[in-house]
Amino acid sequence: MIPGPFSYRRATSIEEAIALLQQYGGDAKVLSGGQSLIPMMKFRLAEPAVIVDINRVPGLDTIEERNGLLSIGGLVRETTLERSPLIRQRYPIIADTAEVIADPLVRNLATVGGNLAHGDPANDHPATMLALRAEVVARGPSGERVISIDDFFVDTFTTALAPDEILTEIRVPAPPPRSGGAYMKFERKVGDYAVAAAAAFLALDEARKIVRAGIGLTNVSYKPLRAEAAENALLGQAPSDELFRAAAELAAQAADPTSDLRGPAEYKRAVARTMTFRALQKALSRAQAA
Amino acid sequence: MTTTPIRGLGHPVKRKEDPRFIRGKGTYVDDVKLPGMLYLDIVRSPYAHARIKRIDTSKALAMPGVVDVITGAELEKAGLAWMPTLMSDRQMVLPTERVVYYAQEVAAVVATDRYTAADAVLAVEVEYEPLTPVLDPFKALEPGAPLVRPDREQKTNHIWHWEAGDKEKTDRIFQEAEVVVSQDLYIPRIHVCSIETCGCVVNYDRAIDKLTIWMTSQAPHAHRTVFSLVSGIPEHKIRIISPDIGGGFGGKVPVYPGYVIATYAALKLGKPIKWIEDRSENLQADSFARDYHIHAELAATRDGKIRAMRVHTVADHGAFDAAANPSKFPAGLFSVCTGSYDMEAAHVAVDGVYTNKPPGGVAYRCSFRVTEAVHTIERMVDVLADELGMDPAEIRFKNFIRPEQFPYKSPTGWEYDSGNYPATLQKALDAIGYQELRREQAERRARGELMGIGISTFTEIVGAGPSHTFDILGIKMFDSAEIRVHPTGSAIVRIGVQTQGQGHETTFAQIVAEELGLPVENILVEHGDTDTAPYGLGTYASRSTPVAGAATAVAARKIREKARLIAAHLLEVSPDDLEWRDYAFRVKGSPDRFKTMQEIAFAAYTNFPLGLEGGLEAVCYYDPPNMTFPFGAYVCVVDIDRGTGQVKVREFLAVDDCGTIINPMIVEGQIHGGLTMGLAPALFEEIVYDDNGTMLTGTFMDYLLPTAVETPHWKTDKTVTPSPHHPLGAKGVGESPTIGAPPAIVNAVVDALSHLGVRHIDIPITPAKLYQLLVEKGVAE
Ligand SMILES: Cc1cc2nc3c(=O)[nH]c(=O)nc-3n(C[C@H](O)[C@H](O)[C@H](O)COP(=O)(O)OP(=O)(O)OC[C@H]3O[C@@H](n4cnc5c(N)ncnc54)[C@H](O)[C@@H]3O)c2cc1C
Repeated sequence: MIPGPFSYRRATSIEEAIALLQQYGGDAKVLSGGQSLIPMMKFRLAEPAVIVDINRVPGLDTIEERNGLLSIGGLVRETTLERSPLIRQRYPIIADTAEVIADPLVRNLATVGGNLAHGDPANDHPATMLALRAEVVARGPSGERVISIDDFFVDTFTTALAPDEILTEIRVPAPPPRSGGAYMKFERKVGDYAVAAAAAFLALDEARKIVRAGIGLTNVSYKPLRAEAAENALLGQAPSDELFRAAAELAAQAADPTSDLRGPAEYKRAVARTMTFRALQKALSRAQAA
Repeated sequence: MTTTPIRGLGHPVKRKEDPRFIRGKGTYVDDVKLPGMLYLDIVRSPYAHARIKRIDTSKALAMPGVVDVITGAELEKAGLAWMPTLMSDRQMVLPTERVVYYAQEVAAVVATDRYTAADAVLAVEVEYEPLTPVLDPFKALEPGAPLVRPDREQKTNHIWHWEAGDKEKTDRIFQEAEVVVSQDLYIPRIHVCSIETCGCVVNYDRAIDKLTIWMTSQAPHAHRTVFSLVSGIPEHKIRIISPDIGGGFGGKVPVYPGYVIATYAALKLGKPIKWIEDRSENLQADSFARDYHIHAELAATRDGKIRAMRVHTVADHGAFDAAANPSKFPAGLFSVCTGSYDMEAAHVAVDGVYTNKPPGGVAYRCSFRVTEAVHTIERMVDVLADELGMDPAEIRFKNFIRPEQFPYKSPTGWEYDSGNYPATLQKALDAIGYQELRREQAERRARGELMGIGISTFTEIVGAGPSHTFDILGIKMFDSAEIRVHPTGSAIVRIGVQTQGQGHETTFAQIVAEELGLPVENILVEHGDTDTAPYGLGTYASRSTPVAGAATAVAARKIREKARLIAAHLLEVSPDDLEWRDYAFRVKGSPDRFKTMQEIAFAAYTNFPLGLEGGLEAVCYYDPPNMTFPFGAYVCVVDIDRGTGQVKVREFLAVDDCGTIINPMIVEGQIHGGLTMGLAPALFEEIVYDDNGTMLTGTFMDYLLPTAVETPHWKTDKTVTPSPHHPLGAKGVGESPTIGAPPAIVNAVVDALSHLGVRHIDIPITPAKLYQLLVEKGVAE
């Protein structure tokens, strides 16, 4: 398990990184935590000629709330996210997500930016960010642009990022009152990618009706999915197990998984339903406690 | 007189090997680095069955740093394209005409560094003509099936037929029986997955004309003999060193093609060669275990007394029979499948079959197919209980071999040495609160929840074995120990078995400490170097303590007999006036007059009686009179998630009886590890191929090893029923938990669903498989 030949460049500023990417064009790959890229190179599924290491680029590893937004730097490690008091208290759905990614060794290196930029429908953050209606900030030769999460995932391993763009930040709307979210993942064993997983986010109005609903699904389609019909079914309703079951059923119908060693498609759809239902229940209990 | 405690049998002595491992100072094969060493890497087949039309090595050879590319054609000229397996089959080292399994070795590249070698592997061009693979052993037996092994005289995929027991009597009982149950069970192909993969470093020193091979071997002496026979190099010119080994579990008993190719390359190129597999190569091509398709039947009376058992099994051996069973036992000790139960007759038949899959059939942490045997009987007893509406504990008590029946002659010919099955099961049931659990289960069922309780009361057969019955390639399965006591009272023990984590360096020192009255820290245990250790057959099949442990005790007792003569000389009494008590030779009637072993050892070099040889050492090659039969009672409690099909092991209690315990801490560690390795195939592990014979589980992403997170808290307890024929009464324990745990878990899952008409589920019980069953039974959430 030895990668093919490649050369390694280390950038110390975002400008330098972008310049390197421009210089090598499609032959170069950004290296963040390396926890997806390096295994793919070892199996020779990816053979980039050049690796541009952005780990020394300053300013990409902060977590802060400002102007009603949570800002997560592209290089924030999963471990940092998992342990951040801000995340744990205000955004438990993100802590839920970080905690079930791989294992502690991987999480010490893996980054949130890499997790989204990889465009892998099996990764866990995309569903959560879809449920939260996040935005992705990208920097390229012509400056910065903000991409809605709904436009970000294009295809398996393909995102809206251009080859010379770097994901610098993820922005998440701060939680409204009476809101809560949860991420529920079913995996065959710890460290595994999800058989299916669901992120659910709910906000209630003063009459305890649902005014915002977000549901994202992991590993049940060619790209991360937002279960729109399920979200719509929740809006304006009073939460109940019955309602959640109906929404979970709609989410399962939106899923389009393929059969593999994690199980037949039908099974994955059922797990997506179970996870959606349980995530909604947990999101509700958090919203009620908020 | 020494004040250091002896810490012999029964002491939880901390493992002597651990300080070096904890500090990262172990020496594994990959740690061996020799000047000028070259690296070997292997080109592997992308097809399960194909004709090789052409191999072009020119591009690889042209790469800077590439020293050589070796193909089957070259090995054929050297007479090394094929090698014998331990089962008297033959196996390709490198193919000359066709490949017969996915990831089979096709050619080997030698380069100045590992990275160049890996790149050069991809530069070797091989043109294949794909052939239809035979993957299903039943289809392989059909007339007209493609031949896996056209090289054989017999033009069939059938390898051998083997049976045990009394067919006529068994059939007669089945004809007249009040109740007959039958069940198909598949025990899937799994992998041993030792954390250290296989590999070797080979150095041929021209100056002294000696071949030294560091290799990950569980049986270095047997491997030296095989190497000598295959290569024609005299055995004293070959030295095999098995250094620290990162797990063996049966997978390091066979000889793999890589070893032979690396040795050939070292001899040809005159440079040291290192070959280390990567994880995927290990998973894809090294010996698998299990893969038994079993049809089992029990005949019983209506009130639950088992009368007879009938079993027919189809054993998938892959493309070569490369198991490592004793010669006379192509299906291992599978005939021990009547288990802990007394019955009138049994008949067991097994057919070995070739398929286009990697070769093997190794005894993965199991004394040669005992896992398969125990799974069969422990499942069948539950199937019968279900048929009769009996409690699984009750049916076991009713059928156990009773304590007074030992030594017990089993219907397939084994003589069980000792046991007390009812006491062990009762202890387990009391400790876990069996009746209370049954009450809880009834309440939960009423609420629609799925909870199950599973029991497994297994009997193992270990310690191969008596020379009248057991050999590998003709070499009898004795084992050996050599003890030398130094003048100042410390000692070195060399043994013919090879530790891979079992803690031999500690337990064997404890045996000598106990027998000679020397403190355990003053005893050094060495093994694994064929130039220094006495000949032995190695460590697998839980045979180290039963065989080499006995050899060590007997060798120590020989030393003690000589020590008695020296003590008599020192104390100026007759040897008959001395008794060995409290770790010293004492004058009968005046116990204050004594000599310790330390004093005697000094005298053995400085002041020994006239007519006696100096020194204090002994050797024993121990031929065990019988096998030993450890046993246990395991109880498992599971809950099933109706929304995902996931099984949660809530509680697991293992009561083991392995006879006399040498080191209770090591025994407990072995049981914890073994139970985890039993959980693995029950719920997680399986080697899966697609329709083309490509392995889909070639990484740990898809070959699922449970981790600490998936592993329940193991509760352990014990009963002690010593073996009557072993010098220490010890029976061996390494494999009991791996064997006993899977049926306990499966029985618990089936028990959770038995009220819905579920009687059997094949392993691994994955969430996807179980959920499908929940859907069928209308209880999925
Ligand atoms: C054993 C194992 C188990 C795993 N299990 C899970 C799991 O259960 N769930 C899960 O979500 N993930 C899992 N992962 C993946 C892990 O979370 C990855 O680390 C993550 O998907 C990628 O993050 P990274 O920082 O390591 O990115 P890298 O591996 O460095 O990069 C991944 C890809 O994204 C690109 N990239 C990285 N950063 C940027 C950026 N800032 N801008 C533009 N492009 C960028 C790279 O060029 C590359 O193509 C697992 C990984 C391993 C090794």
